[in-house]
Amino acid sequence: MGLGDGLKAITQLPYLGGSQVQTKRGQEQIGARPRRFKLTLATREALWAYAFLLIPLIFYLFLRIWPAFQAFWLSLFSWHVDPAQREFLGAGYYRDMLADSKLHRALTNTLLYAAIIVPAQLVLGLGIALLLNVVTVFRPLFRAIYFAPYVTPAAAVAWVWGWMYSENFGIINNFLIEWSIFWEERGLPWLVIDPQPFLGDPDQALFAVAVVVVWKQLGFQVVIFLAGLQGIPRMYYDAAKIDGANSWSLFRYVTLPLLNPVMAFSVIISTIYALQLFDEVVNINFTDQGGPLNSTLTIALYMYQEAFARFRLGYAAAVVVLLFVLIMIVTLVQLRFFSKRVEY
Amino acid sequence: MKHLVRAMLVAAVLLAGLAAAQVEILYWQYQFDARFDAMEQLIEQFNAENPDIVVRQETFPYDAYQQQVAASLPAGEGPDVVQLFYGWLPTWQRSGYVEPLPAEFFDAAELDATFVPMAQAAKLGGTYYGLPTAVRSLGLFYNKDLLSEAGYDSPPATWDEFIEIAKALTIKRGPRFEQIGWGVAPQGQEHHVIREVLTRQFGTAPYSDDGTEVLYDSEAGIEAFAFYTGLITEHELGVIDFVPGTSGYREGFRSLQNIAMIFDGSFAIGATQNTAEFEWGVTELPVGPSGVKSNFGSFWMNGLTPNALADPAKTEAAAKFLQYVTSPEAMELWLDVVGELPARQALIADPELAADPVFGPFIRSLEYAHATTFVDESAQRAVIMDAVNRVVLEGVDPEASWLQAAAEEQALLDQFAQ
Amino acid sequence: MATRTQRRSAPRSQRRFRMRPTTILAYTLLALGTTVMVFPFLWMVLSAFKDAREIFRFNFWPTQWMLANFREVLFDTDFPRWFFNSLLVAVATTASVLFFCSLVGYTLTRLRFPGRTLIFILILATLMIPTEMLVIPWFVISADFGWVNSYWGIAFPGLIPAFGVFLMRQFFETLPRDLFDAARVDGINEFGLFWYIGLPLVRPALAALGIFAFIGNWNAFLWPLIIAKSPDMRTLPVGVALFSGEAGTAWHLIMATNAMAIVPVLIVFFVFQRHIIEGIVLTGTKG
Repeated sequence: MGLGDGLKAITQLPYLGGSQVQTKRGQEQIGARPRRFKLTLATREALWAYAFLLIPLIFYLFLRIWPAFQAFWLSLFSWHVDPAQREFLGAGYYRDMLADSKLHRALTNTLLYAAIIVPAQLVLGLGIALLLNVVTVFRPLFRAIYFAPYVTPAAAVAWVWGWMYSENFGIINNFLIEWSIFWEERGLPWLVIDPQPFLGDPDQALFAVAVVVVWKQLGFQVVIFLAGLQGIPRMYYDAAKIDGANSWSLFRYVTLPLLNPVMAFSVIISTIYALQLFDEVVNINFTDQGGPLNSTLTIALYMYQEAFARFRLGYAAAVVVLLFVLIMIVTLVQLRFFSKRVEY
Repeated sequence: MKHLVRAMLVAAVLLAGLAAAQVEILYWQYQFDARFDAMEQLIEQFNAENPDIVVRQETFPYDAYQQQVAASLPAGEGPDVVQLFYGWLPTWQRSGYVEPLPAEFFDAAELDATFVPMAQAAKLGGTYYGLPTAVRSLGLFYNKDLLSEAGYDSPPATWDEFIEIAKALTIKRGPRFEQIGWGVAPQGQEHHVIREVLTRQFGTAPYSDDGTEVLYDSEAGIEAFAFYTGLITEHELGVIDFVPGTSGYREGFRSLQNIAMIFDGSFAIGATQNTAEFEWGVTELPVGPSGVKSNFGSFWMNGLTPNALADPAKTEAAAKFLQYVTSPEAMELWLDVVGELPARQALIADPELAADPVFGPFIRSLEYAHATTFVDESAQRAVIMDAVNRVVLEGVDPEASWLQAAAEEQALLDQFAQ
Repeated sequence: MATRTQRRSAPRSQRRFRMRPTTILAYTLLALGTTVMVFPFLWMVLSAFKDAREIFRFNFWPTQWMLANFREVLFDTDFPRWFFNSLLVAVATTASVLFFCSLVGYTLTRLRFPGRTLIFILILATLMIPTEMLVIPWFVISADFGWVNSYWGIAFPGLIPAFGVFLMRQFFETLPRDLFDAARVDGINEFGLFWYIGLPLVRPALAALGIFAFIGNWNAFLWPLIIAKSPDMRTLPVGVALFSGEAGTAWHLIMATNAMAIVPVLIVFFVFQRHIIEGIVLTGTKG
């Protein structure tokens, strides 16, 4: 390798507080950086950066961004197999979207999903990761159990939850019935809860699906936060403990600030996921995709139906543009929020 | 990478050129073992009879079949001859996925005379866009064991009998059903039952003859719809989603045996035979209040894509193959292997077939079956399902819900006519 | 910060005492959640042992442990081939994801160059377009370049996922800058910095990314379906889709296939999850 022991020594250097968190021991131990070749260094750094990014950028431009523009471009035309026969509509589809009540329903549903799923995943994901960090016995087993839903294929998840939610056979309603009998016998009839239709009811279906999404995606969040928690050098905690901090202040003043970049990732990714919610909704609403009276319909699912069940790919592309703009705005706001909270 | 791929492509083309001046035809349908096997046998025979043509078959999962077609053809890939549900024809045709059958190979007048009348639904604007190998109709599947336990030795012949038997077989404990007499499934075949069976039995055609106008918003149409929702809300013969799953009503009927009767198509015969471990039977749909019989007929048709019309040699080969898979021999093989009813008049007139205990009811129903002239099958199905859900789940008045459905569907028809 | 924590100091003995109830509480809460988390998973696995009729009944345990479903899937379908295809694509893609996503994530945080933010936003923006809409342009590209019905064709959309780049960027961001500056003094080139210093420090994130990349590609459905034309190119999810048809769904076969399909995912999880914990402990704090 030729890098020698010097490198090894550096790799094994302890973490040093630096600019991130000021602990008492975080004094600068590494000497001043040489700034003499600043210009050449900066150019060199940039050249390295572009070299590293060359293949990925070709990939993104050619296989991600260019196809996206093609999809956007489609939204200006009526769809036809033969590109020469696609009729230019300009903003036609965008005008149609304004009057499309099914799309409006999908939009409201999607925002509601995001409003439920994102906070629930953040709180539960972080909470479970913290708990998993405490336990030492059966640790891998516990982790596997909390990760199990994430590895279960979507069709199987939908099938099992469909049965659990079933009005006439589901175990949730079995429990409600037992519960009601228990309280009725004890003369407390106001505690009785009737069996619920869950997925079969337009007012409950969206929440029932959201529960499944949170349940299934939780493993993802837990793993992210576990990795994030491991990234916090133990010495920060040790230092704070020497100062006599209790667990809450450790969490509030060490864990949370240091987890900020990871939380930014978690929140932004789960928001993007929620706004593009598709798999769970397709699989779980059995009677008709999109739920009774479109109660679980999402924008992504609506787009998919328009494209592949109705062959209206131009209109579907316009819906994609809408979804893209929506997600872009939300993400930029979130990025700004998280980058403001901690300055490096 | 690119060069390597290009070089391989060139080599492949050269090799293909050397192989002989054979025309290659690609056929697509959705994957189902019996259908695949039947088509392989047909292809083998066809290839033997036509040494200058080579037909290949590719199949895809049923649930994602349209996606596959939608993505492949715009890239110039995909099938020359393609199987599609007849209800998809308008949306496929509008986007150029299927082409009219070329007149030099297909004589419309002859087709009119030899195919069953519902094959007319393979036409758009008076032109054939494809032909069926087999057709289907609906029947009432019933659990003989459950019916005879309740003292009924024969299946219902009228709607009154249907209500009586279904009621007797419905068991409710507290707020929950344990067994239902009828597996309610508007998402399955029953949106067709409402549209083509009940409306006609109550005295109105659902659409005008040219299919451009909704007629079921009449007095009789409202009555028909209110009758259907009444079976659920008033008579409580069953509930939607009793057994969870798209095919839950079938699973309750075939596997759990907690559903006594369901409406299903003739294409479900094979699956029922394979799963059901009890005595079951199938009968014609109940007769209407004034004695009118009606049924919904449908089919998968074989059409030609733009790929097939790319050059004359290919067109001829594709047309020949399409003629072959819709010939009487092909239909007989299809009936044997797949168990689906033939689409030619001469074949369904077979008295032996009409007397068959399983196929008979479906064959007899073909005489009075109607195939809806859809413009956008999935959207039109959603309209009817929403109408049912509004009444059953939200307690909306059937008349109001039905009139809303009529307005929504009329808008779809108008949109297509533009 | 430090001053505030100082004020809330408590005697050491008291703190050690308080650790115990916290641990007990953690175990209790985790154990409670276990049922909810694992029940549907177990149900799926147990269903694989039930026959086509029993699978719809409500008994949790199979009355008879049937292996017939597994036998049918293994010997009467192309399962081995689907499995092989999925494994090949998922392993190759995961390797690519781990290398490229960390390299790009590293470059976007640790190196300064003009256009850095723009490139990041551009990459992030590709996350915001549902892949369902990209399949048509992708297929046109694939047809032009002869990628249809090839492993490369199945794999290419997942080679450098933007979420992986984003994940690695966020984790590299948590590392102190001084470390790299110090190494730079030692004269290591930028790739050496990334490889020998950056990567070992983000091992937990790499492990997490490896798990996600593998699962994501293992479960991918729509694109592998569209690009694979011949039966021998089908991946597992595409194969599973063959079990549902016009006249019903073979849930017993779906469950058996899924139960077998989950094994490699669990192996990957157990292999990688160790590194989620061990990564930093080894390199970071023992010095």
